[in-house]
Amino acid sequence: MHHIVLERWSRGRSALHRRDARAKIVALLVFLVALATAERAIPQLAAALFLLLCAALVWARIPVLAAMARAGVALPFAATFAAVSWISGDAARGAILAVKSYLSALAVVTVVATTPLPALLRGLETMRVPRFLLTVAQFLYRYLFVVSEEGQHMAKAAAARGASAGRLRFRVAAGALAVLFARSYGRAQEIHGAMLARGYNGRLPTAAAPRFGASDAVFLASASLAPALVRIALDRFA
Amino acid sequence: MHIPDGFLSTPVWAALDAAAAPAVGYMARRAQHAFDESKIPLLGVMGAFVFAAQMINFPVGIGTTGHLVGGALLAYTLGPAAATITMTAILAIQALVFQDGGILALGANTINMAVLGVWAGYLPFHLWGAGKNRGLAVFAGGALSVLVSATLAVAELLMSGVRIAGSVLGVSFALFLAAAALEGAITVSVVGALEKIQPGFVRKPREGRSFALGAVALAALLLATVGLLFASAAPDGIQSLAQQAGVASHARTVLTTPFSGYEAAFVRAAWTRKALAGLAGIGLIYAACVVIGRTVSRRGSA
Amino acid sequence: MMPLIEVRNLTFRYDGGSPALNGVNFRLNPRESVALLGPNGSGKTTFVLHLNGLLSGEGSVEVCGMKLERRNLALIRRKIGLVFQDSESQLFMPTVLEDVAFAPLNSGMERGGALERAMAALKTVEMEAAAARAPYHLSAGEKKRVAIAGILASGPEILALDEPTTFLDPPGQRALAELLADLPQAKIIVTHNIGFAQKLCTRAVFFQRGTIVAEGPVDEIVSRFGWDLALDRSKSRR
Repeated sequence: MHHIVLERWSRGRSALHRRDARAKIVALLVFLVALATAERAIPQLAAALFLLLCAALVWARIPVLAAMARAGVALPFAATFAAVSWISGDAARGAILAVKSYLSALAVVTVVATTPLPALLRGLETMRVPRFLLTVAQFLYRYLFVVSEEGQHMAKAAAARGASAGRLRFRVAAGALAVLFARSYGRAQEIHGAMLARGYNGRLPTAAAPRFGASDAVFLASASLAPALVRIALDRFA
Repeated sequence: MHIPDGFLSTPVWAALDAAAAPAVGYMARRAQHAFDESKIPLLGVMGAFVFAAQMINFPVGIGTTGHLVGGALLAYTLGPAAATITMTAILAIQALVFQDGGILALGANTINMAVLGVWAGYLPFHLWGAGKNRGLAVFAGGALSVLVSATLAVAELLMSGVRIAGSVLGVSFALFLAAAALEGAITVSVVGALEKIQPGFVRKPREGRSFALGAVALAALLLATVGLLFASAAPDGIQSLAQQAGVASHARTVLTTPFSGYEAAFVRAAWTRKALAGLAGIGLIYAACVVIGRTVSRRGSA
Repeated sequence: MMPLIEVRNLTFRYDGGSPALNGVNFRLNPRESVALLGPNGSGKTTFVLHLNGLLSGEGSVEVCGMKLERRNLALIRRKIGLVFQDSESQLFMPTVLEDVAFAPLNSGMERGGALERAMAALKTVEMEAAAARAPYHLSAGEKKRVAIAGILASGPEILALDEPTTFLDPPGQRALAELLADLPQAKIIVTHNIGFAQKLCTRAVFFQRGTIVAEGPVDEIVSRFGWDLALDRSKSRR
């Protein structure tokens, strides 16, 4: 599965991996806003920002081509709308949409590939995102592949009993979903029991927020200034 | 339909991010209140379930398949506030880990699917889920959640100046209707199967809701959604409609002043007007859902 | 000699069902290991869930001389560690170290001390190298070891293990038996694995329809109920 790749990349030890999650989140937002709000000189801006991301990926020792392929997940949607835009007589706009959404996805890949998800969620928590939501997201990610595997087993079992894969009859599929629901519900209760058994008192203990060091500040300043300056320069002179 | 970054114009994504933040914060407090933190694993695992559920395909005919979206089902089982939080967590993980939907567009996707989609889906169930039309209510909720989410997404794209030809729009709408009907059908059969496994899984809304009140609320929601689409597709249309109908000029001013009457520079550009008209529409739907939500919670706690 | 666990006349029924436990009497002495045998659905797991108050029925449960009540629940849950059948449900935190540190952190220990204690527990089960990994990616045997470390981290006097050999291959089962044999705590082991029970336990109790119908040395109970794969023996019993 694709996720394993991202998770493996995120356990790297480069200087970019070691930067504080908050610094990377802010830099990502600056990058995305600089790209999203641009209306002039898009090709030049896109080229410059693309090189910036490539430099970051190389610095983090992440395979650039594989990361680019990973970001390509965003393309089908973008391509559909680019085509729609083209049919509707606005080809240039369609191309811009595709480029902007692809670069944005690549930027997200760069951050997620250099920051383990728990660290990212912890960073968001110190940035005032509701803790309740983040804890739900943490559990969701923890059990995502466990439940998915159960779902796949069930689909396989149904296929083995005659329903050709992917074409279960409607009722059978609904029954399978209901069973998967019940199992997930049971698992949640078991998890809750396991938490209580180890003294859970209504608050998940969190790791202390990592220290935001001087190198994080330097990184934050340069990583946010770079896309902003590129953007300003192109707006002025292009 | 997860909108990626780059598609929405700045006022649209910024406004929707600004709207989504307090909405999700409010829902988080409500869900936390209803569940206490003991149920956090439940919401997380059910989010994982919705993810996994999307891998189980339902035959639609002619070799094509569809899958569950899940907003309405979550609302029926966990309650609407918890469903909103679970859907928001799903959208966040999809955006971060699977590059499905953008980061700046997260607010838009959250409003579309986790907030308005979930609450629109819960409404018919809340109104008629206890009576003899329960099956119909479950179906309508599933269908409505998908229809509202998809319509909002298209409206936001139109507001952002993405050009979509009328014919394409027509085809998309036909597809949305089909997807909505499918979601309704899947939701009905899964709810049926769940109640056979353990009746307690699906909530029991209280009986005795006024049919008329519910019908009016539902009609208002549908009108606002469709109206929003028209407003964002052709904000000038309202004005010309008023003229054709022979409405006196002062009435026209009253009708259209907020969006297009003033000749201030910032509303002169067509896309700005579109965006403003559309955002006002979303605001109305948002307000409607908040009001409905408040009433629901007050009755629930009474 | 004061028993570690003293259960008297415990009765419990799940909502609206027939009794899952029906007048159970049980006693666990210090340094003793007891196997809980019996058919599926005979109440073994339900019984274990009563020992730390995850379920509560009629009758009395005393752990380390304390009557199981709401006010000393936290203390009792530290004395008796529950290892669930499915480690996946027990390892709910994003990384191994955070998971093992869960109980110490919940008991109000400061972070540094809790992590130290978690590392020590991981060393006991020889899993310290996996501290930074995500539990999802561990093998079944590794997961079970980490789950046990998570229990050891709160310094229990009793270990209760529910079907610990499920999902483990024979070498994994042997390694687990060796690990458990080296741990000084008293143990309650729910299992269908007779070899495992014989290796670890001095005494067995046999559950049937929610109550303990016999107790004695493991071999005696096994042969009395024909509770192994030797079919001729069960035939000769009839």
